[in-house]
Amino acid sequence: MKSAEGVGLQSSKWMSGLGPDGEIVMSSRVRLARNIQQFPVPFLAADSQLSRVTEQVLAASCLLREQMGDLNFLRMDHLEPLQRQVLVEKHLISPLLIKEPHNSAVLLRGDEAISIMVNEEDHLRIQCLLPGLQLEMALEEANCCDDLLEASLDYAYDGQWGFLTTCPTNAGTGLRASVMVHLPALVLTKQINRVLSAIAQVGLAVRGMYGEGSEVAGNLVQISNQITLGQSEDEIVKNLSGVTRQVVEQEAQARQILLNESRDRICDRVNRAFGILKHSWLMSSQEAMQLLSDVRLGVDLGLIREVPGTILKELMVLLRPACLQLEAGHALEGMERERERARLISSRLMPQEDAE
Amino acid sequence: MLCNECKKRQAKVHLTYIIDHEQTVQHLCEQCAREKGDFQFDSQPPFSIHNLLTGLMNLDAQPAAQVMGHAVKMQCENCGLTYAQFAQIGRFGCSSCYQTFADRLAPLMRRIHGSTQHVGKVPARAGGSIKLQRSIEEMREYLQSLVELEEFEQAAQVRDKIRELEACAQNGGDDHEER
Repeated sequence: MKSAEGVGLQSSKWMSGLGPDGEIVMSSRVRLARNIQQFPVPFLAADSQLSRVTEQVLAASCLLREQMGDLNFLRMDHLEPLQRQVLVEKHLISPLLIKEPHNSAVLLRGDEAISIMVNEEDHLRIQCLLPGLQLEMALEEANCCDDLLEASLDYAYDGQWGFLTTCPTNAGTGLRASVMVHLPALVLTKQINRVLSAIAQVGLAVRGMYGEGSEVAGNLVQISNQITLGQSEDEIVKNLSGVTRQVVEQEAQARQILLNESRDRICDRVNRAFGILKHSWLMSSQEAMQLLSDVRLGVDLGLIREVPGTILKELMVLLRPACLQLEAGHALEGMERERERARLISSRLMPQEDAE
Repeated sequence: MLCNECKKRQAKVHLTYIIDHEQTVQHLCEQCAREKGDFQFDSQPPFSIHNLLTGLMNLDAQPAAQVMGHAVKMQCENCGLTYAQFAQIGRFGCSSCYQTFADRLAPLMRRIHGSTQHVGKVPARAGGSIKLQRSIEEMREYLQSLVELEEFEQAAQVRDKIRELEACAQNGGDDHEER
């Protein structure tokens, strides 16, 4: 399939490196919501209107392509359902974009750091996703795309309400900034709830990643801004960066305490997790996330040296259902999936034996 | 295990009912389970941000029509969305809705964001007139400081520049003059 080029299991930019404060901050994301004047928003628009939006965005993206080169245009209805799901699992598009794949698309930069969703909740969702804590850089890149698109698209904008988004919760800047942080030591030392509720008190939203509801899977937590109107983009990003730095410091202290006070216990825990991951025959994603979190902690603390620090980020994507099935080349049912997951993980953790 | 209902597809949903201490177990495939409707499948939770917004909007629930004493149906001319629909789904239908529902927006935005004024990015084209307005204000402040310093020659130049910009703003068909 021609347009499917570029949808694969290669690491996106956020997965392939650590980045600043990358031992604790997995990724930074900035997203700008934009609509085009007069056109009804996607959930109300007719097919003909949505395809005109897509055409306009595609025409406007020429300028973008000149500036940043490699930019793939992927129409969701030209992709297999599995390929769409892989894009979701890599965090490059949202689940909403593929709910109505008929008229939605994404412009994806070669390094997969920039993705511009077309006809999601808003006509445009410009996203920049980078490794580590670098929200300012992500904002700069997203802003740059925004400016280039605005050169030829008539944005819906108003002096009082800012960018006119579909949902009033995004009005103003249309900016959602978020970080994904890995906080195993705060969980182990039972300080996590204290830290999370403090974050919530300063007006930021906190939620677990991949977990059911509020449950924290793999000790991964996402922190994001809630307010988009009445604060400038710089302010929003600075606030979130500042709070994230505090969280990083708390986690680093907790890790130090673990090392100082219960080194043997923590050594046992991370190596035990490493052993289980290397030698299991079946592996559920829930168990894998917890064990990978332990192994990653071991790598960060210098207790495990055989695998790179990016292992948690790569595997937490690759072990998800669509990625597993794309890798296997065919559909996998319950037990097969667990078997394939176990095989994938152990081959990644013992590269000298299994990898090609 | 095959689905109890269609007896064709693989059972993936296992429902245990306990009714009057009687326990029954049903094994269903996703499709049949969805049709039976006992189980929510969508990854999105049934209760969303939009439900909450609806609550916020209905805090001041007396419709404007009653307040004013005659029936006025607030409806967006561009996309056809009515205020009632907006309040129900918690989303705008198009950019014109912001003008159509302008009177109701300030309390809602204050509840969500604690603010009713955008202070962030001004896009180059869509915000052209606003950019102009902001720079006229800056020039006026500059002019004031020049007058205080008795730099009259330079002040005259700045004054002429401001007039030029103001003429520009008027010709530009600014539709934000009420703000």
